[in-house]
Amino acid sequence: MKFGVVLFPGSNRDHDVFDAVTRVLGQSAEILWHGDNSVKGVDAIVLPGGFSYGDYLRCGAIAKFSPIMGAVKRFAADGGLVLGICNGFQILVESGLLPGALIRNRGLKFICREVELRTETVNSPFTNLASKGQILRVPIAHGEGCYYADQRTLDELEAEDRVVFRYVDNPNGSLRDIAGILNRERNVLGLMPHPEDAVEPLMGSSDGLVIFQSMVSARLPELAIAK
Amino acid sequence: MSAITPDLIAAHQLTEGEYEKIVSLLGREPTYTELGIFSVMWSEHCSYKSSRIHLKKLPTRGKLVLQGPGENAGIIDIGDGYAIAFKIESHNHPSFIEPFQGATTGVGGILRDIFTMGARPIAVMDALRFGPLDDPECGARNRRIVEGVVAGIAHYGNCFGVPTVGGETKFDPCYNGNPLVNVFALGVFPKDKIFYGKATGVGNPVIYVGAKTGRDGIHGASMASAEFTEESKQKRPNVQVGDPFLEKLLLEACLEAMQTGAVVGIQDMGAAGLTCSTCEMGSRAGTGIEIDLMHVPQRETGMTPYEIMLSESQERMLLVAEKGREDEIFRIFQKWGLDAAVIGQVTADGMLRVKDHGKVVAEIPNRALADEAPVYDRPHTTPHRKAPMGGPEFASQDLQQDLIALLSSGDLCSKRWIWEQYDYLVRSNTLEGPGGDAAIIRIKETGTSIAMALDGNERYCYLSPREGAKLIIAECCRNLSTVGAQPVATTNNLNFGNPERPEIMAQLVEAIEGMAEACSFFETPITGGNVSLYNETLGEGIHPTPVVGIVGLLKTMKPAGIGFKAPGRSIVLLGGLGSCDLTHFGGTQYAKVVLKQLWGMPPVLDMDYEKRVQAAIRDVVRQGLADAAHDLSDGGLAVALAECGFPHGVGAEIDLDSDLRPEFLLYHEGPSRILVSAEDAGPVLSVAASQGVEALVIGRTIPGRIVVKNRGRALLDCGIDDLRTRWNTALETLLRA
Repeated sequence: MKFGVVLFPGSNRDHDVFDAVTRVLGQSAEILWHGDNSVKGVDAIVLPGGFSYGDYLRCGAIAKFSPIMGAVKRFAADGGLVLGICNGFQILVESGLLPGALIRNRGLKFICREVELRTETVNSPFTNLASKGQILRVPIAHGEGCYYADQRTLDELEAEDRVVFRYVDNPNGSLRDIAGILNRERNVLGLMPHPEDAVEPLMGSSDGLVIFQSMVSARLPELAIAK
Repeated sequence: MSAITPDLIAAHQLTEGEYEKIVSLLGREPTYTELGIFSVMWSEHCSYKSSRIHLKKLPTRGKLVLQGPGENAGIIDIGDGYAIAFKIESHNHPSFIEPFQGATTGVGGILRDIFTMGARPIAVMDALRFGPLDDPECGARNRRIVEGVVAGIAHYGNCFGVPTVGGETKFDPCYNGNPLVNVFALGVFPKDKIFYGKATGVGNPVIYVGAKTGRDGIHGASMASAEFTEESKQKRPNVQVGDPFLEKLLLEACLEAMQTGAVVGIQDMGAAGLTCSTCEMGSRAGTGIEIDLMHVPQRETGMTPYEIMLSESQERMLLVAEKGREDEIFRIFQKWGLDAAVIGQVTADGMLRVKDHGKVVAEIPNRALADEAPVYDRPHTTPHRKAPMGGPEFASQDLQQDLIALLSSGDLCSKRWIWEQYDYLVRSNTLEGPGGDAAIIRIKETGTSIAMALDGNERYCYLSPREGAKLIIAECCRNLSTVGAQPVATTNNLNFGNPERPEIMAQLVEAIEGMAEACSFFETPITGGNVSLYNETLGEGIHPTPVVGIVGLLKTMKPAGIGFKAPGRSIVLLGGLGSCDLTHFGGTQYAKVVLKQLWGMPPVLDMDYEKRVQAAIRDVVRQGLADAAHDLSDGGLAVALAECGFPHGVGAEIDLDSDLRPEFLLYHEGPSRILVSAEDAGPVLSVAASQGVEALVIGRTIPGRIVVKNRGRALLDCGIDDLRTRWNTALETLLRA
């Protein structure tokens, strides 16, 4: 399976994602340049962390206008798997692929820390290999990761089982402890924590691997049929 | 054009003698622009004129050293075809005037030093010194400086995408008017892809890339070479503004351009900007450089040649390309959305010739600027100190309260509030981040990891610059050895007061000599660094604060960490209990925090014994015999035990047999000691014996408490949770004071 890793000029966890899916997971990957408007036939897309275009304005506010995001939207509309991590989550929200907003952390400071996530649903192509309630130890590293949405949206997310991860000990003030959510079609996931930085025992945790493995598991049957 | 008057010369911080030397080198009076160019290149910051003759005493060679001092960074061979480049630099003066921007540009400057050599930065560390947060007069300002500096480092490193993996932060009133911000950066690259700042190949184009030039930071290097006065606040415009996103673009574009093979030489524009990069690149290659300023991308109109040459606008680089291949370079910079412009070419005559729309405004031999700056053998007497030799009579009221006081002091409390603001994980190589004895970054391309640590100790260096410098080298090497790494090379940042005062100059000389002796002994040559002098405000200097960053190599493996893992394990004190007397207790944290005075001398260091203790711990860790290891340093045995207890809440029951009085036994800071916990103490003791090193089984790990007895007498008995809460929250409490 081939992952596409989107590279904005200010992406900085592209390397981490690329390394996790290739060296650790043994899949192939290709860089998708922000100025291109094609996803080059990849099987799944990851929007990595970083500071897309500097993000001196609102995080992801400029990225949503980039050519590659047009292609990502089409890919998602066709049912392709899109995973947005950290800045990638912010961009998905700005682009309207996911509801709500990510605002400054409650403490107004950047936080880099290992946190515990509770897996709230396994009914998704990103968690199908996890078990419900499974606790994942993965790091966060963000200044604007406080998830915010109006009450109706939050209720809807919960009613439709679209909250995939919650913080066990909320670090940033996210409403209802939300760390990651799905779109209605369940093929787009945005989350603030960094599963790509927890994929080997050497890193202190390999709990993040299950997300990428789930993606492979979700796509492999289709890929087999296509072949 | 201004006439050159004695006042103008003085305003450029040039002495009469220096001006005469300029006239004789040029064979004529300098123009105003030339005067500005000389003043920055001959500033203390750029020329090292007060320290140069003493820096020559430092060992700089070693079998792994590919590049020693004199380039943008030192380079070490790490095997398997790879090398690392690393260096430390200070941004002390700007960080006092404008903490946030001073710190950001400090990070930006050292990162450029690394990637200008072709290496991708993979780690940053910071050594910070501030005035006390609860200082009765300066507390509010100190808190503001801490907030600003930490936010600035976080802003720049996090956005750029380099993990900030460690460092140290300490507080002392001597930094009230002179905080220190020393930033260390390290990068990795294939060792056959090293780039140098050399302008070779007559006729080759000189290309300016990166940010546009503005009026910011003019005379920054000169500002960093003077004491602070009441007028210093007006120097805020001398501080530059950092843009980490632009630096990230510059990094990617430069590394990509280097891949083409069209880049002949490259240097960043840091202190003294365009002036420094042009004349140094020419001087190193023995060539000349001719540029016309009308081609320099500018973000303001009406800039004079003087301003353009002296601007310290950030995120700029100068490169020399192979003639005819300019377009390959341009295409890459265009891809990353950056300016790139040919501003001149390499010439054969050795001159820096600066034109403005064709008219020559400066014409100076490159060597005169880069290599013929005045060198001073400044008078030095005995190092300044006010502390007495004899110590006070004292007896602890409560050893447990003393421990709490130490653990909640600014120097020893947890620095989590600081390092959680730094992304210490990006690039997924951080095996050990902040909070351990040394940070460890793995190199994915090879099976090697790099351990690194920063150490400084102003208390020891104040009492004895020579012994203090040796002790910090020993401690830094011990930190690396404790995680299993072999120390291989050093970068140093020498922070001192005004070298024109003989008793301050003496501090500098003795510290350098002590450092030279220890670096030779521990085989950790100096491969580069920085000297920051004039750290004085209104005549009051800082304690001598040399800071060293040492890097070590180890095979990639999961680190043991400092935390005790489980109850029932043996605790071994490798190196033994050490010795202490009243004189050598006067530089300890106990003296500073509990007794609030310093006296006497720093702890006694036996370098030969220290080296054997380090060899022993490396063996122990590499063989996987330890499930935790932590070296003893500030705060001595009791503080180290508490620190081993914090990560997992597993404490220790210690039974000692010593003649030392309890205060010394618990809190003395004798070097050459490391705590090890092991399932089986036997093999640890064997390794120690094979190195001829004392090793005592002093107790075992237990759940939740730290209990220490000496010959049956209880000295400490405290719960870890309580200690940890105080240790963990002290910094935030002080910041909210």
